[in-house]
Amino acid sequence: MPSPSYAAFDEKDLGAQVLLSQYKLRTSGDAVTVRQAVARYMKEHGATALSVTRFATAVSEIARNAIVHAGGGEFSIYVDPRAKQLTVVCWDKGPGIEDVELALTDGYTSGGGLGRGLGGAKRLAKIFEIRTAIGGGTSVLMSVNL
Amino acid sequence: MAGVTSINLVEHALLVSIQDDITDTEILELQDRLSTKISENRVDGVILDISALEIVDTFVGRVIAQLAGISRLLAADTYVVGMRPTVAVTLVELGMYLPEIRTALSLTHALAQLRRV
Repeated sequence: MPSPSYAAFDEKDLGAQVLLSQYKLRTSGDAVTVRQAVARYMKEHGATALSVTRFATAVSEIARNAIVHAGGGEFSIYVDPRAKQLTVVCWDKGPGIEDVELALTDGYTSGGGLGRGLGGAKRLAKIFEIRTAIGGGTSVLMSVNL
Repeated sequence: MAGVTSINLVEHALLVSIQDDITDTEILELQDRLSTKISENRVDGVILDISALEIVDTFVGRVIAQLAGISRLLAADTYVVGMRPTVAVTLVELGMYLPEIRTALSLTHALAQLRRV
């Protein structure tokens, strides 16, 4: 995990999850790298094509958010082999989100997008948690069953 | 998967094959190249082949809508071909119905539709 931050998730949140890999998010190419890594792992572990597409799309949304709205961030992939669960954490040091409920509303956009990204990601992931603080960055945790 | 997005003239249409790992910079370039080619070749239609796309997120969805918008203003109809079924399901869950886009199941079907115009 990144150094403790006001908006980060820690070991308590991750339970029995084991860190699989970590990436820096800087350019749109990095968003492609992380969603392809997640998709590869899910396919190798027998997830259905629809499950892979839905979760990889959610991953792409939150990774792009960190790059576009926060100037970059870090992305970690965790697995819990026994519970057959994959978890990702996307962490940034950006400005934070003032009104999370509003940001999750379809149609709301702060940056010229369609305003469906964050709410869409929430619908596509089995577990979706967001922590944010003004000036303290934003962390998103999402999980999917394998 | 790495590759440059290609634009080819097929009958009276431009066939654009979008790669899965297309970057933001390449997308801006593509918009530029496509608009120039539409006006140079006086085509009736643009066919966007997205069969290589493993996912379509809201960013890529917006790009597809923009490419269709540009084509429309230059008097060319846009067809999207090769959308994976899982992508269609996910797009609807995202709330992206892309109403301005016509879809065709295959390149042959898209070309047949364009011939009727």
